Amino acid sequence: MIVGKQKSIDEVWAMIQGYKKVLVFGCNTCVAVCHAGGNKEAEVMASMLRMKAKQENVDIDIQDSGIERQCEHEFFESVTERIEWADAIVSMACGIGVQFTAEKFSTKPLMPGINTTFLGATEKPGVWTEKCQACGNCILGMTAGICPIARCAKRLMNGPCGGSTKGKCEISKDLDCAWQLIIDRLTALNRLNEYETLIPIKDWSTDRAGGPRKVVREDVMV
Amino acid sequence: MNVKTPSKLEKILASGQLAVTSECGPPRGSDPEGIIKKGTMIKEYVDAINITDNQTSVTRLCSLASCIRLKLMGLEPVLQMVTRDRNRIALQSDILGAASFDIFNILCLSGDHQSFGDCATGQNVHDLDSMQLLQVVRRMRDEGKFIGGEEIKRPPRMFVGAAANPFADPFEIRVPRLAKKIAAGAEFIQTQCIYNLDRFEEWMKRVRDRGLHEKVYILAGLTPMKSAGMAKYMKNRVPGMDVPDEVVKRLSGTPKDKQADEGINICIESIERLKQVEGVRGFHIMAIEWEEKVPEIVQRAGLYPRPVV
Ligand code: SF4
Ligand code: SF4
Repeated sequence: MIVGKQKSIDEVWAMIQGYKKVLVFGCNTCVAVCHAGGNKEAEVMASMLRMKAKQENVDIDIQDSGIERQCEHEFFESVTERIEWADAIVSMACGIGVQFTAEKFSTKPLMPGINTTFLGATEKPGVWTEKCQACGNCILGMTAGICPIARCAKRLMNGPCGGSTKGKCEISKDLDCAWQLIIDRLTALNRLNEYETLIPIKDWSTDRAGGPRKVVREDVMV
Repeated sequence: MNVKTPSKLEKILASGQLAVTSECGPPRGSDPEGIIKKGTMIKEYVDAINITDNQTSVTRLCSLASCIRLKLMGLEPVLQMVTRDRNRIALQSDILGAASFDIFNILCLSGDHQSFGDCATGQNVHDLDSMQLLQVVRRMRDEGKFIGGEEIKRPPRMFVGAAANPFADPFEIRVPRLAKKIAAGAEFIQTQCIYNLDRFEEWMKRVRDRGLHEKVYILAGLTPMKSAGMAKYMKNRVPGMDVPDEVVKRLSGTPKDKQADEGINICIESIERLKQVEGVRGFHIMAIEWEEKVPEIVQRAGLYPRPVV
């Protein structure tokens, strides 16, 4: 899923200065799972902004709302009226949802309420880690199911580098070395001999490098 | 092993004599004087001089320009190239640039992470990794082809090297990793600085068990310690460095004003012991900002005069 982290109240507060009616707008899928921008978090953010307004003695009406996903048309119908009411929106969705909402309401000022951090998983309650960078050409089959692009600090195709120490990455003792994990898993799979296969130069044209990407599927079009 | 390039380093290694290389870090400014001075100081004592490429991710005068300086002085540079800062276009282009000045040696590295340096908020490139860069240089040289497959007019003639760290984790992968670098095209290896000689010898034994010492020239890396403080720093702070307690103790037990001398002694003793290790074909002496000590180390270790080839 897409993992996000809430922006500070002060940063959001600064962005909404000058508006009179602000809607804090949650997105109840990915960013709800990581407790950053779900409809519940939107409600809390709105009430914190109202407190801030009171403290600062600013006259501003702050409401909250939310939908299941801000990245699909079908969910917006129920909230069109709420959105029309506001003169600015704080979208609590990931960067995708923020942009999608902005495209739908082209004259409505829109601010991001969270920072979109990465594509990752819930390790345990309160801990999320990055797993994929959507390179567009998955090589997990060559790397024992562990992604060196997302999880090695140097995205080495043929790691580990000389800085790998006691299973940790050279940049932080809190970060597992992806290549140690790959080797551990190859060992567990009794396939360590595969380590010596050189992974060829990557075609990055399916990655960000190739420009904005698009998937078109005629068979599922309506 | 047959000689494939005009590299002096390659010729000395192929002749079976112990090679000696050293390294210089370029300055943090545009004055070339530092490189000229360092080169002049050590030129009679080493066969080739590595120029580091923005080492520890601190921005410096570029490796290529520094190598050209040394070349114009008649010295033999080893161009260090990291994959951190350049994509495949820039890497191939710099290789051609170096080749146009008849720079005959290259060391392919991935480079330290940028968070260690002065541009911690910058991007890293890593379009290729060090193994892939080895393959690229070999293909450029041996087949005269760019990555894209087109022909290179006057291909580079470079003796191709890589680094190896016998001390990084996981230990069981250290020899397979060397084998992988050889398969990718490495012809010489310069190792991480060796302080734990037992562990290095164990690594070399495993290298010999697979016959890898016959496929690549291994230069043992050494960095003399200036003080007990430096030993402690290297032990605790530098990733992938293995400094045994005895070394720290030996330096700590030496009066402060004698610690630098003791560091040199340790370095020379290590060279003497490493000369006995089958498969060690030379030494890479990295006297960090202490290049003036290289002549003394080389002389006292019985590696002077340098062969003429
Ligand atoms: S290889 Fe690419 S698609 Fe596969 S997990 Fe890594 S970044 Fe994602
Ligand atoms: S220590 Fe491991 S994860 Fe970190 S950069 Fe090196 S190979 Fe990648």
